[in-house]
Amino acid sequence: MSTRLQTGGTIIDRGQQIEFRWNGKRLRGFSGDTLASALLANNQMLLGRSFKYHRPRGLVASGAEEPNALVGLGEGARFEPNQRATTTELFSGLTAQPQNAWPSLEFDIGALNKMMTRFFPAGFYYKTFMYPRAAWKHVFEPVIRKAAGLGAAPKDPDADTYEHYHTHTDVMVIGGGISGLAAALEAGRSGARVLLVEQTANFGGRAIVDGVEIDGGDAESWINETLKTLNEMDNVTVVNRCLGAGVYDHGYVLAYQRLTDHTPDKDGPRHRLWRIRAKQVVTATGALERPLSFAGNDVPGVMLAGAVRDYATLYGVSVGDRVVIATNNDDAYRTAITLHRAGLIVPVIVDARPEANGTLPEQARALGIRIDTGKAIAKVKGGKRVTGVSLCVQAGEGSVLEEVACDAVAMSGGWSPVVHLWSHCGGKLNWDAEQAMFRPDPKRPPTGADGNGMLHVAGTANGYLDAASALADAGQAGRDAAKDAGFKPAAGTAPKAVSEAEAPILPVWSMPQGAGVKLQMKTFLDYQNDVKVSDVRLAAREGYESVEHTKRYTTLGMATDQGKLSNINGLAILADSLNAEIPRVGTTTFRPPYQPISMGAIAGSARAELFKPVRKSPVHAWFEDNGAVWEPVGDWRRPYTIRQAGENQKDAVKREILNTRQNVGLLDASTLGKIIVKGPDAGKFLDLLYTNMMSTLKPGFCRYGLMCTENGFLTDDGVVARLDEDTFLCHTTSGGSDRIHAWMEDWLQTEWWDFKVYTANLTEQYAQIAVVGPKARQVLEKLGGMDVSKESLPFMRFAEGTLAGIPARAFRISFSGELSYEIAVPASQGRAFWDKCLEAGAEFGIQPYGTEALHVMRAEKGFIMIGDETDGTIIPQDLNLNWAISKKKADFLGKRAQERSHMTDPDRWKLVGLLTENPADVLPDGAYAVDGTTAPTGIKTTIGRVTSSYYSPTLDRSIAMGLVKHGPERMGEVIDFPTTEGAVIKAKIVDPVFFDPEGEKQNV
Amino acid sequence: MSDVQSVLGGASFDGAVKVTEAGVQGMITLRGDLGSEALAKAVKSAVGLAVPAPLAVKSGAKGAVAWMSPDELLLTVPYDQAEAAVAKLTKALADEHHLAVNVSDARAVFTLSGDAVRDVLAKGTPADVSPAGFKPGVIRRSQLGLVAAAFWMTSDTEVTVVCFRSVGEYMYNWLCTAAKPGTLPIVS
Amino acid sequence: MLLLTCPNCGVEADETELSAGGQAHLKRFAAGSSDDEFESYLFHRSNAKGVHFERWRHSYGCGKWFLAARDTNTLEVFGTYPAQTPEPPKDLIAAIKKKRPDWKGFAK
Repeated sequence: MSTRLQTGGTIIDRGQQIEFRWNGKRLRGFSGDTLASALLANNQMLLGRSFKYHRPRGLVASGAEEPNALVGLGEGARFEPNQRATTTELFSGLTAQPQNAWPSLEFDIGALNKMMTRFFPAGFYYKTFMYPRAAWKHVFEPVIRKAAGLGAAPKDPDADTYEHYHTHTDVMVIGGGISGLAAALEAGRSGARVLLVEQTANFGGRAIVDGVEIDGGDAESWINETLKTLNEMDNVTVVNRCLGAGVYDHGYVLAYQRLTDHTPDKDGPRHRLWRIRAKQVVTATGALERPLSFAGNDVPGVMLAGAVRDYATLYGVSVGDRVVIATNNDDAYRTAITLHRAGLIVPVIVDARPEANGTLPEQARALGIRIDTGKAIAKVKGGKRVTGVSLCVQAGEGSVLEEVACDAVAMSGGWSPVVHLWSHCGGKLNWDAEQAMFRPDPKRPPTGADGNGMLHVAGTANGYLDAASALADAGQAGRDAAKDAGFKPAAGTAPKAVSEAEAPILPVWSMPQGAGVKLQMKTFLDYQNDVKVSDVRLAAREGYESVEHTKRYTTLGMATDQGKLSNINGLAILADSLNAEIPRVGTTTFRPPYQPISMGAIAGSARAELFKPVRKSPVHAWFEDNGAVWEPVGDWRRPYTIRQAGENQKDAVKREILNTRQNVGLLDASTLGKIIVKGPDAGKFLDLLYTNMMSTLKPGFCRYGLMCTENGFLTDDGVVARLDEDTFLCHTTSGGSDRIHAWMEDWLQTEWWDFKVYTANLTEQYAQIAVVGPKARQVLEKLGGMDVSKESLPFMRFAEGTLAGIPARAFRISFSGELSYEIAVPASQGRAFWDKCLEAGAEFGIQPYGTEALHVMRAEKGFIMIGDETDGTIIPQDLNLNWAISKKKADFLGKRAQERSHMTDPDRWKLVGLLTENPADVLPDGAYAVDGTTAPTGIKTTIGRVTSSYYSPTLDRSIAMGLVKHGPERMGEVIDFPTTEGAVIKAKIVDPVFFDPEGEKQNV
Repeated sequence: MSDVQSVLGGASFDGAVKVTEAGVQGMITLRGDLGSEALAKAVKSAVGLAVPAPLAVKSGAKGAVAWMSPDELLLTVPYDQAEAAVAKLTKALADEHHLAVNVSDARAVFTLSGDAVRDVLAKGTPADVSPAGFKPGVIRRSQLGLVAAAFWMTSDTEVTVVCFRSVGEYMYNWLCTAAKPGTLPIVS
Repeated sequence: MLLLTCPNCGVEADETELSAGGQAHLKRFAAGSSDDEFESYLFHRSNAKGVHFERWRHSYGCGKWFLAARDTNTLEVFGTYPAQTPEPPKDLIAAIKKKRPDWKGFAK
């Protein structure tokens, strides 16, 4: 059993007991524990079920690379799935549940999948469930959905807060082990701004556990001393519990800080996402131990040797009373020695190498530990817990020599430098055959904006596995990074480390070497995704030669593992199956983040009201208080209707329209774009921008204009007013102001930079209020201050003055066909002006109206709407707007495109009005017209479509606009619009101006 | 003036950094040849200050002037003097191609004050707001939160933030969230 | 997340502050141009793997357009220069050639 030892545990505080809950049970740990160490201390070895076969799984590792111990953490609005027990710091009241187990961890029904192992080979999903097709939807998918996936999604909105933080630094050091500390110290001494992040709460990495000696003292003293020095340096920032998650283009780095995970009662954000711009990055990310590939290497109790040592040294926890060591290198002997010294039994060290005579093996021998060289584990015995191992010769096929009883196995297949961050942004790797590992190729680093390397790797991560050379390398990396960031580091004063010399590793990719299929089927490469040696070999046999394809086919190294444990072993098996060298097979692409980061951290504060900025007009608050139903228009919110008590949507629209047509309506048109274009060349410029002539517009006059892209397609429309000889005010659509302003600047800056024209986007300078309807003039006269008579201010003119004491510019323009004034006032006085209009208009029956009434009224008049009648493929000619296309101008944006053969094709669909035979039928928006013929494919031939369709209260019937092939030539014809329900709506082609075709109402 | 309403009516929040909506502020966009003598004279006459160098902002008794782009300045004056200042600039630069417009009402202005003002900005802008890149006298236009903003320091512990009026409420809420007690400073 | 120095205001701008505007140095063909010329102007882009000239706008900053010479493969930025430049500056071309001897040179 696993248990807490009487002594030991360098980072736990035995004086501070902590209570927590696991799987409903109340358990105790110590301050400093991780959830993993506390569970082991309570003999909880079985922690979860595997993804595919629901095999019982226990802890394998002690850090970020842990593949199995993913738990559901917290409850309710603080529940989070897939939290790693090894990186979860224990706190009082912690609640965790196992996941992927149903109905219980001890008895999991999904484990029946295990019986089906032989039916779940590589590519299983691709090969099965293909036929019959209906079965996928009704049988396979529902069953697989229930069984698939890791953990359960939280049901409640996250109760915590998160934030982002941007910072700029000269040198960023990722990893707070001794290498990271040494690199940061060297870089910091050069005067460079240094940011050091460490993913755990503790600094020093493996040095303490491995008993490294630095500068004649123990590692711990040196670590503490160095931290103190760093913290005293003004130019150095040190952050723990902060994961260097990803390295991106041009020195952009994301780091993920966990602020309150270990103290959930503390206020403030739970996680902080650091968005870092570093001139140079140093990764001191250490190395990860590889599992050995032997049958039963996933039985709970089989762990990495380094992790076993961590639990004993750091947490004072033994993983078992009798621990068999399996290794191909010297490092695992440290585990044997540590356990022996802790009073535990190491029955045997199974070393695959023919001999083991290094310093560490000799130390173990001297302690009386049995060392069996040239041997391998044939098979691990036990189900939910290791009960023993059978041994065989490494060179053979697995004939059992003897059985050894034990309750844990500590394995070591060697160490792989963590090269993930180096690789995120394109750093290349070399295969080091002697040390059996990929290591960064300093000649092919990830490069920054200047084309030079932007990342240095330090210490173990760079392939220097022994502390002495790692520290020397790290100091150099720190100095190099400072130098590359533009600083002048002094000559090295790096500390000297001493650790035991180690004999070479023997690469062992299969244990025993000749393991047959039966053993391979029990030998796991990727614990998290349940990928076995046999799966990779099968993939190779089926022709998967590319490592990237094999990864996807077998799921090796997918999900959160990202190749941490499985990568090299899987590659080696693939290489062996293909009879190729490992470097020839290559490695998969490591992608950020190195470790999963929370969704909350990615979102930062952009939640709820901060999720997306909403643009609000100066009158917004009035609508909020008076029953507005909102409609998003671009980033704005505009009132769709302003509902009165007890009114439904349809009735509100009808009331707003009829009141406007009969009395007077009030519209907040503030969102309309308003762009000033000024200069001696302003007229010339606008002639190029608009399809019609603007330079001939006289000051004081307004003109409706169309804008097209160079493709010839309509992009915006609006009324242009000429304020004076040099100055135009261009109105754009509500959603279009920023886009059109940018469009103008683009042409002025990059094509016609010789034009003397300045623009300014004044959209938000003015509130624009439309007073619309037969009594509009009376309302304005009552406000007083300006002559708004027909004579002084005729249609398509504007005037400046004051209304109700507020400076105003009044435009006689109409989008409804009514007598209409659009009044621009300073935005800060917009609300006041609105209130005064309501007050003055009360006796005339004034009522505000929303965007739906606006839309219906414009459709009644046959006015087009950008985004309804246009969709990015419509030219003005399609909408019979030829009158607004100048024939005199030599050039305007879109002119050449409109001369292309497809644009002049007489078969293009053109705008018409549509009246349904039954006035109560409202054509569905976007409905297609058909001509009754059918293409050979069986598809009906379409000859048009509806672009706008409404019930018109004014006409008390439905109206629609649409684009129809040869439409304008087919007036009076009836065409068919099949509905999705199978019915057919018949509609007559008519002129699109349904109401007041002579314009008598607006010209009063 | 009673009809004049700033976007949040002078709201303020006492967080780890104090956030105040600064009320209406007279602002003028002036585009033209920033090297011209006439323009320098007109600016001097309007705010009593010389044309600033790129990314610089200057302030004095009459107002302030900030460099916005190679052909654009932002002038600040009291709100009720903006229209007159625009008219004066337009007249002074009548012989020169230029554009002077009142943009006072198109903006929302905020003041942040406290020791950790830089950290508040750093929660939302990719611009370098450390002392290495940002100090009194420097103006930066960038993204803040999810919207466009301009910001400059009026002292080591005070920052002015300007954004568009329509997103003033968003900006205020964003700033208050970033300035929440207990979240600052980021690095002590 | 690229970093490009805006030549108009001098800010080393994070990509967040920028908007991309596609290939630079296109010659506009307007009314009166042939179908081939217009097709090429409207639709044909180089899609280079390697040296590429492109348009950027410092949209959250000074609002000005500028041009950049960049390697689309390594993301190395060879230089940025004002938008009012009909062809890439000679010294920039020379600098790129030095770094990329195999580069065929700027083609109009």
